Amino acid sequence: MINLEFVINTLSLGSLYALLAVGLVLVYGILKLVNFAYGEYLMVAGYAIYLSAIVGAPWWATLIIAVAASMLVSFLTEIAAFRPVRTKSMDALLVTSFAVSIFLQNVVLLAVSPRARAVPLPDFFSKTVVIGGAVLPLRNLLIIATTAVVLALLSFLMKKTVLGMAMRAAADKFTTTRLMGVPANFVISAAFLISGFLAGVAGIFWVGRSGSVDPLTGAAPLLIAFIATVMGGMNSPIGAVVGGFVYGLLFNILSITLPASMISYRDAFMFAIVVLFLLFRPEGIIRRGYTEERVG
Amino acid sequence: MSIIQRSLEWARKHSTAVQLIVPLILVGVLVQMFGSSLLVNVYTFFCVSLMMVLGVQVFMGNSGILSFLHVGFVGVGAYASGILSTPPAVKAMGVPNMFQTLVDLQIPVLPAILLGGIVAAIIAAVISYPMMRLSDAVGVITLFATLIVFHVIMTQWDNVTNGPRTFFGVPEYTTLTVALVGALLMIVLAYWFRESSMGLRVRASRDDRHAAAATGINVVRARYAAFVLSALMAGLAGGVWAHFITSFSPKAFYMSEMFVLLSMVVIGGAGSISGAVIGTTVVTIAREVLRQVEASINNAHVLSFEVFGLTELVMAILMVAVLIWRPQGIIGGQELKLSRFKFKKKEEVSNV
Repeated sequence: MINLEFVINTLSLGSLYALLAVGLVLVYGILKLVNFAYGEYLMVAGYAIYLSAIVGAPWWATLIIAVAASMLVSFLTEIAAFRPVRTKSMDALLVTSFAVSIFLQNVVLLAVSPRARAVPLPDFFSKTVVIGGAVLPLRNLLIIATTAVVLALLSFLMKKTVLGMAMRAAADKFTTTRLMGVPANFVISAAFLISGFLAGVAGIFWVGRSGSVDPLTGAAPLLIAFIATVMGGMNSPIGAVVGGFVYGLLFNILSITLPASMISYRDAFMFAIVVLFLLFRPEGIIRRGYTEERVG
Repeated sequence: MSIIQRSLEWARKHSTAVQLIVPLILVGVLVQMFGSSLLVNVYTFFCVSLMMVLGVQVFMGNSGILSFLHVGFVGVGAYASGILSTPPAVKAMGVPNMFQTLVDLQIPVLPAILLGGIVAAIIAAVISYPMMRLSDAVGVITLFATLIVFHVIMTQWDNVTNGPRTFFGVPEYTTLTVALVGALLMIVLAYWFRESSMGLRVRASRDDRHAAAATGINVVRARYAAFVLSALMAGLAGGVWAHFITSFSPKAFYMSEMFVLLSMVVIGGAGSISGAVIGTTVVTIAREVLRQVEASINNAHVLSFEVFGLTELVMAILMVAVLIWRPQGIIGGQELKLSRFKFKKKEEVSNV
């Protein structure tokens, strides 16, 4: 059961989920906002690929456009919706992000089509390679490599640059950080841009798996990012990465071990695990620094 | 004191409930007497929505915790009441895999609706106690995750719910009168809870949970009481809804419906019963108008394509707009009271 194929598949699934989770956690860290519109940034990336393929852009340009579109939408939603509500209650923020999600879904519903659209991706996405007797889709290896590069870049950004330090400080104590002269709008916009970037990269691989995109594409990745961050720890990107990999592992293990009649309940099990995590270890696997109080 | 004086005194004391109930009855009677069948339908649906919204409001408004889960309890109530009251022959045909005991079961509609509410309340009572410890974002996420568990079970348990397929053949029962009586009952329940000592405790914990705990309030238990009551109300609303719609699938109890419910609660102002009533009114009217616009655009064939999702799109924008300008909702968490009209309006409670 535990062979090379299982390991690579788990790693690639975990990488994808880690990317998703980090994007969600960056915004959560600073605004304490669970961004329900996050899945829609992936959907936007998918539609950007679909549209640029119609125009006939080369594949590298397509990928850049997809990531850029995702970043742009993330940035715009921050400016238009989240910024004015930010100072209001937290419920207002949450409901706003929900409204933004519904808004984006219905924009593509109205502008493109309610039906799924095929997303053409470069050939090397669908090729397979043979390693040690295991037949693996090249895509899975690409995800692992891409995630490694992106996470390395991100950790450099967070650790070594002024912006990264400001963001980490803001995630701990936003008010104090502002008092130190860090402009709030700038840090938050940066967080949304990076979140959009990660969503765009993850989105390429996400739509690459199914080969199509529809207005509800964003729901599943949002939920995954959600579970992964809760399991890993909502207070740090490291926790999110760990959560992503743990989720990938759990998902694959449940897929193998659950009896066939129960397999359709897999999601219920996953979310039951989330609830248990929240009840018994709300700070996640990675316990780090300051955590919010939670007991009423 | 004469009876008239006494009842006037009573009405003044409970002016909030009276002011909400009287117009609802008046409009109901007018619609029933003079309204077109479309208007009767819209008003019935409004009353059913109001039942659901009040169910949500009893928990969310009093405890201050945003709940995504209640639409799940609406679903539980709808399925329970539908399964209990649908004739066995219809169930045997419509739900091929259903447990035989469930197929044979049939009771009259009204007890079925009540049982549906009770089932929802029992489920809430069993699962929710530990969740009531959670506040803020963590609490919201837990309730959201639980909604997904509900949804997965509803779509997968085809021995009971017919899986993702439509459950049909539920006997029609909900008329305007039934829905109106249901809605009034909910207002009375919500009002009674709000004014009860338990309701006061929950509201104290909403405003400052540490101060509330310091004065000896068991915050978790107070929230728990609100949650179970609101699940009961949502379940009852689900039963009434099921006997209005008569066929439904698990999709009806998920994100998009929840968004409609939440928009009603938030636009009116989650903090008060009056807010729930006003929010439901505004959203129902807005949705109805938008739907007409969408339909007439599609029927006029001026565009080369069908217009989908315009209603949701505009509702989303409306909702963000309300949150930006009035984050506490249209009436700002206050109840309508007679004294409000005499004195200068109180300063709004601003949220930091």
